[in-house]
Amino acid sequence: MKITLKLFATFRNGRFKVAEQELPEGTDVRQVVLGLGLTEEEIGIVMLNGRHGELDSTLSHGDTLSLFPLVGGG
Amino acid sequence: MDKIFRVNMTDLTTKIEEVPAAWAGLGGRGLTSTIVAAEVPPTCHALSADNKLVFAPGLLTGTPAANSGRLSAGAKSPLTGGIKESNAGGTAAQMLAKLGIKALIIEGAPKTGAWYNLAVGVNGVTISEEKELLGLGNFAVIDAVEARLGKKTGVLTIGPAGELKMTAANISVKDPDSKIRSHGRGGLGAVMGSKQIKFISIDGEGAPGVKIADPEKFKGAAKVFAKALLDHPVSGEGLPTYGTNVLVNILNEAGGLPTKNFTVGQFEGHDKISGETMHDTIAARGGKVKHGCHAGCIIQCSQVYNDKDGKYVTSGFEYETIWGLGADCCIDNLDDIARADNLMDDIGIDSIETAVMFGVAMEAGILNWGDSKEMLRLLTEEIAKGTALGRVLGGGAGSVGRTYGVTRVPVVKNQGIPAYDPRSVKGIGITYATSTMGADHTSGYTIATNILNVGGYVDPLKKDGQVELSRNLQIATAAVDSTGMCIFVAFPALDIPECLPALIDMINARFGIALTGDDVTNLGKHILKLERDFNQKAGLTSVHDRLPDFFKTEPVAPHNAVWDFTDAEIDEFWNF
Repeated sequence: MKITLKLFATFRNGRFKVAEQELPEGTDVRQVVLGLGLTEEEIGIVMLNGRHGELDSTLSHGDTLSLFPLVGGG
Repeated sequence: MDKIFRVNMTDLTTKIEEVPAAWAGLGGRGLTSTIVAAEVPPTCHALSADNKLVFAPGLLTGTPAANSGRLSAGAKSPLTGGIKESNAGGTAAQMLAKLGIKALIIEGAPKTGAWYNLAVGVNGVTISEEKELLGLGNFAVIDAVEARLGKKTGVLTIGPAGELKMTAANISVKDPDSKIRSHGRGGLGAVMGSKQIKFISIDGEGAPGVKIADPEKFKGAAKVFAKALLDHPVSGEGLPTYGTNVLVNILNEAGGLPTKNFTVGQFEGHDKISGETMHDTIAARGGKVKHGCHAGCIIQCSQVYNDKDGKYVTSGFEYETIWGLGADCCIDNLDDIARADNLMDDIGIDSIETAVMFGVAMEAGILNWGDSKEMLRLLTEEIAKGTALGRVLGGGAGSVGRTYGVTRVPVVKNQGIPAYDPRSVKGIGITYATSTMGADHTSGYTIATNILNVGGYVDPLKKDGQVELSRNLQIATAAVDSTGMCIFVAFPALDIPECLPALIDMINARFGIALTGDDVTNLGKHILKLERDFNQKAGLTSVHDRLPDFFKTEPVAPHNAVWDFTDAEIDEFWNF
């Protein structure tokens, strides 16, 4: 299956902004995170198709997954 | 001992008063709101002699506590018709606190057309007639006051917008680099203009400084507090690196980035105006990625943004401004937005109200969507010059909507709604609706928990838990706004258990008292109720605690969310 993976803030350093990824069926968010060389602790916000997701969320073909470190503003 | 400095602009007299016992434990917002509620008739015209403009540093301002240098300004707001507190960084708060000034109260209004400046020093306030600096922008005022009185002088000033009593006018505060921070919201610049005061200078010479009752205890607590600020990923790393503008991409992903005057929740040009792009642009042009708005700030969310030639354009370049002129006006040119930010500082007009206003003005057909050049022209040629059109624009979003017959006008209590769509981030909608300040994201920043996973998580698209979340945050914020602390201390305070107790310990050590966590919560509740009571007497009741109708009837993409709280559900907020 194919997903769109978007990275933000410091996660872009040495990586990319956005990329199409070919993944085996049943891949979850955690596997993608670890595959990027990130740890679970570094993940602040997971968004799956514009809604909050979990590390355990299973991905489907056509999903957009966005990963943010813990950041904030106001 | 701290004193109250009182200035009467009707008879041009000044007094130094003892602090009444009831005010002794108050500072910042708690004090400005208490004074306004006690001394301003709620039904008065906000630009009349009956209104009072009150400045108060926070309870911890002037101490070595990290991030404690915020100044509260309060009055009846000419924009909302209700009570207003707006706080800002800069150098003034710490100077006033070190001079032992608990509050500066400005009342009355001159009987003639003459304008004045106030000089605040250790011996009191001097009122002098001002002619030379009238009509000038804020940057020129700061330069001229420094040339007149010395580089170290603190300055509170209004630009042309305040002189013209526009309801979006702000009060500018000199920052440590002689640039500008703002008491932005609610038109307090017009109140200062109605008192015919162009600027207030502050001379710190001979200031006794802030006395701390238990210095050892204070030192220990201050260390724990500072460590919490640095340890939390938001205040310790995210904010210093990207500033508040990191939120553009997050809100865009969440579908909560109000775009094209709140008709869509995502902006095609988001990447060009994002915090990530801004960070890289600032670094490449030799600007400053991090920068503090006051001495002792260790978060450093501000920055200095330069143009292509490495020349200063603006600082304190915030998410709300960039969102408003960017996504909400469909402008994807960050340089033009930065130029506008600088112009708004100079003219002395609130960058949130004005950004929301431009979205409504585009909807009204005054200028085209995305036309940043015309926006810059309207700022310099119409608003700054006070033409008839400029005065309509300078009245804010509600003013333009009324004048041009626009029905999609994002305001609550006539104050422009900031950078988070209340349909897709519902907690902030409760804050906009119920805040005593009119639509104000900072008064109960549910984005922390709705979007950023700080202080837990409450699903932004569901109604469950939003009223309670907003209530708890508004209570806590009212208390924090009384300490002189930057609101961003809330991020570590929500997640790191030692943070809030350390803050309370600092207050206790400063005054030699023994407040508990409950006392602080009760202070927050008391302030909110006091402010609401003023508003009710001024004619703002629960029917004003509502969002505009279009949020109920127009679903916003991508989630097709609508505002679906009933009136009774909103009113539940005040059950405490």
